[in-house]
Amino acid sequence: MAQNIGYSKKVMDHFFNPRNVGEIKNPDGYGKVGNPVCGDIMEMYISVKDDHITDIKFKTFGCGSAIATSSMVTEMAKDLHVDEALKITRNDVASELDGLPPQKMHCSNLAAGALHEAIKDYQQKKKNK
Amino acid sequence: MKRIYLDYASATPIDSRVLDFSRWYLEDMVGNPSSLHSLGLQAKKAMEESREKIAGFINAENESTIIFTGGSTESNNLAIQGCSLRNTGKGKQVAASAIEHISVLNPMKYLQKNGFRFSLIPVDSQGLVDLEQLEDIVTKETLITSIMYANNEIGTIEPIKEISSLVHEKGLYLHVDAVAAGGYVPLDVQKDNIDLLTLSSSALYGPLGAGVLYVKPGIKLQSILPGGGQERGLRSGSENIFALVGMGEAARIAKKERAKETPRFQNIRDSLIDGILKIDDSFLTGHPTLRLPHHASFRFSYIEGESILLSLDMYNIQVATGSACSSRTLEPSHVLLAIGLKHEEAHGSMVLTLGRSNTSKEVPHVITAVTNTVEKLRDLSPLYKKKK
Repeated sequence: MAQNIGYSKKVMDHFFNPRNVGEIKNPDGYGKVGNPVCGDIMEMYISVKDDHITDIKFKTFGCGSAIATSSMVTEMAKDLHVDEALKITRNDVASELDGLPPQKMHCSNLAAGALHEAIKDYQQKKKNK
Repeated sequence: MKRIYLDYASATPIDSRVLDFSRWYLEDMVGNPSSLHSLGLQAKKAMEESREKIAGFINAENESTIIFTGGSTESNNLAIQGCSLRNTGKGKQVAASAIEHISVLNPMKYLQKNGFRFSLIPVDSQGLVDLEQLEDIVTKETLITSIMYANNEIGTIEPIKEISSLVHEKGLYLHVDAVAAGGYVPLDVQKDNIDLLTLSSSALYGPLGAGVLYVKPGIKLQSILPGGGQERGLRSGSENIFALVGMGEAARIAKKERAKETPRFQNIRDSLIDGILKIDDSFLTGHPTLRLPHHASFRFSYIEGESILLSLDMYNIQVATGSACSSRTLEPSHVLLAIGLKHEEAHGSMVLTLGRSNTSKEVPHVITAVTNTVEKLRDLSPLYKKKK
C-alpha cells in the first residue's frame, strides 16, 4: 500500500502511531515553525529539569513526513541534555526514519527546527529568571 | 480488508470485455495497417471499425474526423499547438479556463513563449466558467479557446453549448477536453458545435496508450509529430493497434451502459456526500448539482490532504488529493486555487471518483474511515485546538 509513495516503514509507523502527541500546560519551552500557506506547522512543548528534557509533546499540521519527523524528533530528544538536543539536525531525523523522499527533505522536515526553537525559548526564560 | 478503490479519475483498469475483444492484437501476428498484405488489411479494418465506434460515441459527422493519438496529453497538444501553428494568420491569441488540465495549460504557455498571447478565463467558486469574462477575453484574434467538458478535480460540468455559442460568436475555434466527462455525460459534437475534442482510452476502461482528437470537418491542423504521415498526416508513427482497437470497444460499452450506470453512481455519490458532510468544517468542492455522477470532492479544515490519503490507504481505501504535499511541484492544485480557496484550504482536499467496481454497500465503511481519519488528524493539528 502506502510504501510505494516512497516512505520507509519507519516513516509510516511514526505517521500512523505518532509518539508524544499533545501539549504541555505551562511548558518550560515552546517552539513553533512553518505556516499554513506552505502546508506544514509544527508546535513543540518541552519540560526541562536540570537541563534535561523530561517531557516533550508536539502537534503538527502537515503531510505524512511532517507528522513522522515530529514524532521521531520527540523520541530522539527525550531525556537528552538540552545542549545535546540542540545538536539534532534535520538530517539526523531523516536518517533515524531510514530516509525521506528527496522532495520532502526540505519542506516537511522542520521538526528539528521546532525542537531548537523550544530549547531556545527555555534558555531565554532561564536567563530572564 | 477488501480494497475500496475510489480514484478512478486517476487510473481506470481495462475492462475485461475490452481485453477479450482486443487481446488478439497483442498475442497474435498483427500486420501494420499501412501494409497491403492480408494481415495489414486486417489491422486496418479493425482500426477503422474502432474509429466508427468512437465517431458514434460522440456523434461525429463521420469516422474520418477521429484522429488516433497516443493519449489525451498528445490530443490536447495536437489540438492547441496544431491549430495555432496552422492558423497563425487568423489570430495570435489563445485562451483557456483557469481549471484546465495541465496538458492544456502548458502547451498554451509554450505558445506564449513563441509569440502568442495567452489569456486565462476565470471560474466562479463552484468551478463554472465566468461567461461574462469569457465574452470579454475572447475576440476575433483568439485562435483557440479551450474549455473542459467537466473537471476531474471538482467534478463541475461546464455549460458547453452556451460556451460554444459565445466562442463562435466572439472568437474562432473551440477545443473541449472531454477526458473527465467521457462515459459519464452524453457527448454530441454536432449538437454542441465543437471544433476539437479530446478523449482518453484509459478513462473509458480502454487500454492505456490511446487517445483521440476529434477534428471537425474543414478544420485544418498542423502535425506536431512529423513522420510517415499516418492519421491523415496529423499523427505519424505506427499505430498501437491493440490500444486503438480496445478504445473503440471501450467507447461502445461506455455508451451502451451509461444510462444504467449513471443513476447507480449518483446514488452512491450522494450517500457519500451526505455522510461525509456530517463531519464538522467539511465542505463539498465544485458544483452541488452540475456535477459528474461519479464524482465527490471535499475539503476539510485544519488538516492536510496527503495525510488523509495515506491514512485512508491503511483502511485499504484509495483516494486522491490536490494538496501541495502530494504534488510533484509542491504547489497546491491550480484548480482549487482558481475556485478561490486559500492555500491552507486547498491543502485539506480529498477527491473520490467512483467506478464499475464500487457498490452502495461500501458507503458506510468509507464514511466511517473518513470520519475517523479526519478526527485523528485533527487531534494532531495545532490549527484545530484554536477553534475548539
